[in-house]
Amino acid sequence: MSLAHPPVAGFSWRRLRALCVKETRQILRDPSSLLIAVILPVMLLFIFGFGISLDTNRLRIGVVMEDHGVEAVRFAAAAAGSPYIDLVFANSYDEMEDSLVRGKVRGIIVIPQDFTAKVMEGSGDAAIQVLADGAEPNTANFVGSYAQGLFGNWLAARADAYGAEFHEPIAVEPRYWFNPTTVSRNYLIPGSISVVMTIIGALLTSLVVAREWERGTMEALLATPISRTELLLSKSLPYYGLALIAMAICVLIAIFIMNVPFRGSVLMLLLSTSLFLGSALGLGLLLSTVTRNQFNAAQGALNAAFLPAALLSGLIFEIASMPAFVQAVTLFVPARYFVKIMQTLFQAGDIPSIVVPNLLFLLLSAIFWLGLTAWKTRRRLDG
Amino acid sequence: MDASAAVRIKGLTHRYPEQKRDEQALADVDLTVRPGIITGLAGPDGAGKTTLMRVMAGLLKATKGEIEVVGLDPVRQADALHLRVGYMPQKFGLYEDLTVMENLVLYADLRGVGAEERKAQFERLLDFTDLHRFTKRLAGKLSGGMKQKLGLACTLIGTPELLLLDEPGVGVDPISRRDLWRMVQSLAQGGMAVVWATAYLDEAELCDDLCLMNEGRVIFSGAPREQKERMQGRCIQVRDIAGNRRHFLRHALGSPSVVDGVIQGESVRLVLKEGLSEPDPGVLEGEPTARVVTVEPRLEDAFIDLVGGGPDGHSVLADTMPLVDLPSGVDPQAVIRAHELTRTFGDFTATDHVTFDVKKGEIFGLLGPNGAGKSTTFRMMCGLLTPTSGDAEVMGIDFKRSASEARQKLGYMAQKFSLYGNLSVERNLIFFSGIYGLKGRAQADKVAQMMDSFDLTRYRRTNAGELPLGFKQRLSLACALMHEPPLIFLDEPTSGVDPVTRREFWVHINALVDKGVTVMVTTHFMDEAEYCDRIALIYRGRMIAAGPPDQLKKAVASEDLPDPTFEDAFIGLIQRDDQAREVAEKDKAA
Repeated sequence: MSLAHPPVAGFSWRRLRALCVKETRQILRDPSSLLIAVILPVMLLFIFGFGISLDTNRLRIGVVMEDHGVEAVRFAAAAAGSPYIDLVFANSYDEMEDSLVRGKVRGIIVIPQDFTAKVMEGSGDAAIQVLADGAEPNTANFVGSYAQGLFGNWLAARADAYGAEFHEPIAVEPRYWFNPTTVSRNYLIPGSISVVMTIIGALLTSLVVAREWERGTMEALLATPISRTELLLSKSLPYYGLALIAMAICVLIAIFIMNVPFRGSVLMLLLSTSLFLGSALGLGLLLSTVTRNQFNAAQGALNAAFLPAALLSGLIFEIASMPAFVQAVTLFVPARYFVKIMQTLFQAGDIPSIVVPNLLFLLLSAIFWLGLTAWKTRRRLDG
Repeated sequence: MDASAAVRIKGLTHRYPEQKRDEQALADVDLTVRPGIITGLAGPDGAGKTTLMRVMAGLLKATKGEIEVVGLDPVRQADALHLRVGYMPQKFGLYEDLTVMENLVLYADLRGVGAEERKAQFERLLDFTDLHRFTKRLAGKLSGGMKQKLGLACTLIGTPELLLLDEPGVGVDPISRRDLWRMVQSLAQGGMAVVWATAYLDEAELCDDLCLMNEGRVIFSGAPREQKERMQGRCIQVRDIAGNRRHFLRHALGSPSVVDGVIQGESVRLVLKEGLSEPDPGVLEGEPTARVVTVEPRLEDAFIDLVGGGPDGHSVLADTMPLVDLPSGVDPQAVIRAHELTRTFGDFTATDHVTFDVKKGEIFGLLGPNGAGKSTTFRMMCGLLTPTSGDAEVMGIDFKRSASEARQKLGYMAQKFSLYGNLSVERNLIFFSGIYGLKGRAQADKVAQMMDSFDLTRYRRTNAGELPLGFKQRLSLACALMHEPPLIFLDEPTSGVDPVTRREFWVHINALVDKGVTVMVTTHFMDEAEYCDRIALIYRGRMIAAGPPDQLKKAVASEDLPDPTFEDAFIGLIQRDDQAREVAEKDKAA
């Protein structure tokens, strides 16, 4: 019998490589990991991309023409030309009120009987009435400001045409930087990618350690000289690669299908994604290690990854407007930093003053989650 | 203690954190494992075998006690230990989505076996396990026996000094078990120390040295021979019984001179109290033709004797069951009928034209290696699976026509006691009686009666999952019997159960049969098959033999083997079928 055993080292590249090769083969042969890495991001991104939008494109607004005078008709024609609203006309107020109650229109503009006369008078008393559905305050605000804007523009244009001078007290000329057309998709999609990657990262690894426990292979593995580091790395590296593929799919969809501009560098994207995945994969591994059960781990990963990432990352709800306590909690949500970085990289580019501090937090978070997993990883079956 | 011992354990005690104060997984265990022989670690489920194996493999830290494995402390020197000890856990620890070769390469890398050395080792291991032809096959696609061999091969990489095998025989048919045994024996002869954990006492009997455990304690350690010698003369077989052998057994178990008894085909085997070589005359009363023959003791006899004997043969349960009265029009010769029963999965035929009839009041056994189709056949007979062709009937009702009516006629007890673990005993009984349509007063009475007759009253509020094994089994049987069915179907009812609890189970079954209940059972305990009146042997989807156990045994008897056991019959008949198939294939080719 040969007793010439090689010395026991804490870490062996050969063992790590063997475990990674094993893990990769399992990924390629088991469709579930590939489904999570390839199909799931596409689905989630499309749901986020087309399902969530904070823009109100083309509001339906009713116009009640109580006046059929020349100026009233001109105003109505100008309003109808706006790209932001669809106009529906009616002659009586009662008719339109019914449509508002039924939700067929979001608001009503009433052009009163004396409109033309008042405008002709030039006294500045001409007025329109705007009614909006206050049950949806956001939409009601849109209706109000659109109507106001339309009326203001029309008055200005009219004054211009008559060569008369028209004075507005202050001229506000807003310009939106980085996202000049203020398309909400341009900041929602990069943020959504962060949420999607949180789910994918956690879900991918949540299954892998638990699977070994369930199938009884962990016991056999622990009876070999593998070290904790080898075990953890072999459970992270292949899935890191897989998650990068998922990330690439997300970014390509965002840029080429959803037409979100990307202004940062690929290198910075890779760096921040890698640091972020440290937390996402770490969270999944931790759950898998602690529960030793695939179903529980996956359930846990979905909740622990998705909910904080969606609600506390600042993507949908402004962190600044949260209560102080909840703001403190968001500091522990890695998606918060990644959302910020992604929005910056997409809309503004590599801005070190924003990106670097967030990267540092991501690094801390990755150390925290992976460290916790390492601490919970046992070389024995007990304690 | 022996200086050359591979394992030295003294006063080892282990308690899991979730265990209560008075419970211990291991209680003051002493064990010495010597190289060059197979040391058996035997006992029923829950005896502490796996815990002890894991402690030896360095995977658990025992609460207290001394332990030294290949000269090392298994906790502090775990890394060095893992290189010198091969441990095969239950389920073999294989990656089912890797091929045979990929599994071997993985374990070679993990144990640091170099390229040169590896080539020679693989060659030798593949020869040894006869897996050369399958190196490219996924481990998950191997048969149970081949998985077990591959598991062994993976464990042997790096040539360990100590081999720990945790229940390698579970889920594997007797033929593969015999193969594996021979392989491990040759390893031991080559100087390796081997620990073989098993719940099968017939397997333990073959070991050179034995540690017999029960409830965390070692109840015997030494050569199995010593135990058998101790029992010499106390084991008898009563042959040529004129009356009903089940009545005879019940009567005999009631006698204080009898410690244990089982049915063996037409005969009854009894173990007598210490110091006796004949039962007291009352036992043979009314059986003038019966002959008493002294037989060779088995380890199981010693086990039952060590734990204080088996049950007394009386079933309170059966007392409460009414006599089965067949409705008119049901043929008592065929209360269960399978006719040309066939089931295919894709191009694989799991059950191939199986035909049999079961008489009223008969115990009918379905036996076969794993994957042979006995479970598929069984499931079709319970109406859980629809046959591709052919008919399955119970009490004259075809499952195809009226499945729910047919199901109402049978009580079903699944493998591993399918109880609701987090419902109390009482709640389980109420639930199962409810789904069989019992309501109100009748239901409450039945539940009370079942708890009473199975002695479950003191556990009524205990969750089923926390019951001791024997009580779980009782509860499971009670649930299957709530609606007083004329037929009961038992799917591996006693797997993982200790011999005493198993005896108790058969006492109930035998008593039920006396009431006219018909029983269909699958089992992998060969000796248990002998309780059956008739057995159908299923192999490769076909019924290759059917008949009373004695007749099947007689079929394989030869000059070398005048008195075959049922296991011999099982293996002999399967091998005969394999040979016939080979001949047929050759003829076809020619």
